[in-house]
Amino acid sequence: MIDQQDIQKTVRDFIQQNFIFDPNTALVNDESLLGVGIIDSTGVLELIGYLEEKFQLQFGDDELVAENFDTILKITAFLQKKLDKQ
Amino acid sequence: MNDPMNWLKLDTKQTVEKIIKTIHHQVRTILRKKGVIIAVSGGIDSSVCAALCTKALGKENILALSLPERDSSSDSIRLAQQIAGALGVKLQIVDIAPILKGARCYELQLEAIRRVFPEYGEDWKHKISLPSILENDRLNLSFLTVQSPDGESKSSRIPLQAYHQLIAATNLKQRTRKMTEYLFADQLNYAVCGTPNRLEYDQGFFVKLGDGSADFKPIAHLYKTQVFQLAEALVIPEEIRKRTPTTDTFSLPQTQEEFYFSLPYGQMDLCLYGFNHNIPSAEVARAANLTSEQVERIFKDIEKKRRATIALHLPPLLIDVVDEINDIIQSTVRLSKEV
Repeated sequence: MIDQQDIQKTVRDFIQQNFIFDPNTALVNDESLLGVGIIDSTGVLELIGYLEEKFQLQFGDDELVAENFDTILKITAFLQKKLDKQ
Repeated sequence: MNDPMNWLKLDTKQTVEKIIKTIHHQVRTILRKKGVIIAVSGGIDSSVCAALCTKALGKENILALSLPERDSSSDSIRLAQQIAGALGVKLQIVDIAPILKGARCYELQLEAIRRVFPEYGEDWKHKISLPSILENDRLNLSFLTVQSPDGESKSSRIPLQAYHQLIAATNLKQRTRKMTEYLFADQLNYAVCGTPNRLEYDQGFFVKLGDGSADFKPIAHLYKTQVFQLAEALVIPEEIRKRTPTTDTFSLPQTQEEFYFSLPYGQMDLCLYGFNHNIPSAEVARAANLTSEQVERIFKDIEKKRRATIALHLPPLLIDVVDEINDIIQSTVRLSKEV
């Protein structure tokens, strides 16, 4: 069983390592990653591929919406919900 | 705000006059070239550019190129012949497939597609598309669609590595075309005309060192709807004017809408115009027959695409500015607009 904090840390670490190129940029949990341009469309593809592999999940096409992927908090909640269903 | 019917309406006579004067000035005085090379795809943008260049410099100083490859639409050459014939300009057809084959373009393409669909055969067809932006707040994720020779088609989200490889292979097509255009330009001491419209230029729908490269771009300031107005004024053949804009990059027919803009160009034009002129989303929604929520989403997408594609517009970045060259560039750009 993975708890919410671990999920959030995994998501944060991946975004931090792969998309934050400026060391002065602070990663805020409820900030829109797509809105402020931290992640672009190719980045989304990369993030989704990583999360599916890391958590052994398959995301349906109808789940690939900003509502589930726009902030670290939303991604965490979405993953938690998917993992709970398993 | 003025009537939405007038937002994109051009005085076509005045616009054509201004563009042809500027082309003449830019090609002859600024670039000091004898004529123009223009690749004609059979689409409306390159046809309008070819007509404008012909009016500016005379048909004897234009060389149109048709540059098909293995995945090009069968209409491309015929429509290129049609526009060249209508304008009375010379047309040279160069099949770029052997160059692409030598550069492993088709091999890379096949390998990338087979990562998603291992059963994909060499006689199958494919395209990349985006879901519609209107349905929900969907992520800009590309889908790969393949079609077997018996017409059965399947779609799947494309993983990152396969996506990068497929895009790299298809970008090579645009770059090979541009390389070929410059081969002729160098031989003839001609300038190369770039053919993007404003939607493509603004939203970064072009390949760096591919269709993004040119010596001048005479319609990059015009919305697609305005290009259609010019096409009518310039009497571009009806078949070309009525044709759905396509990318002509993948083997399956694919509109620009499903590959990049996610919205028909008429609505996209109104949204981009509204965004550029700070028109409230409710007003743009009424004009474009969309909801305010959809327009807000499109406004965000416009900004996102601008940010994501800015590197395509940038010249190579230097560590320090070389002022002497920078000054000449800036004064030349200023002069190029002073007709």
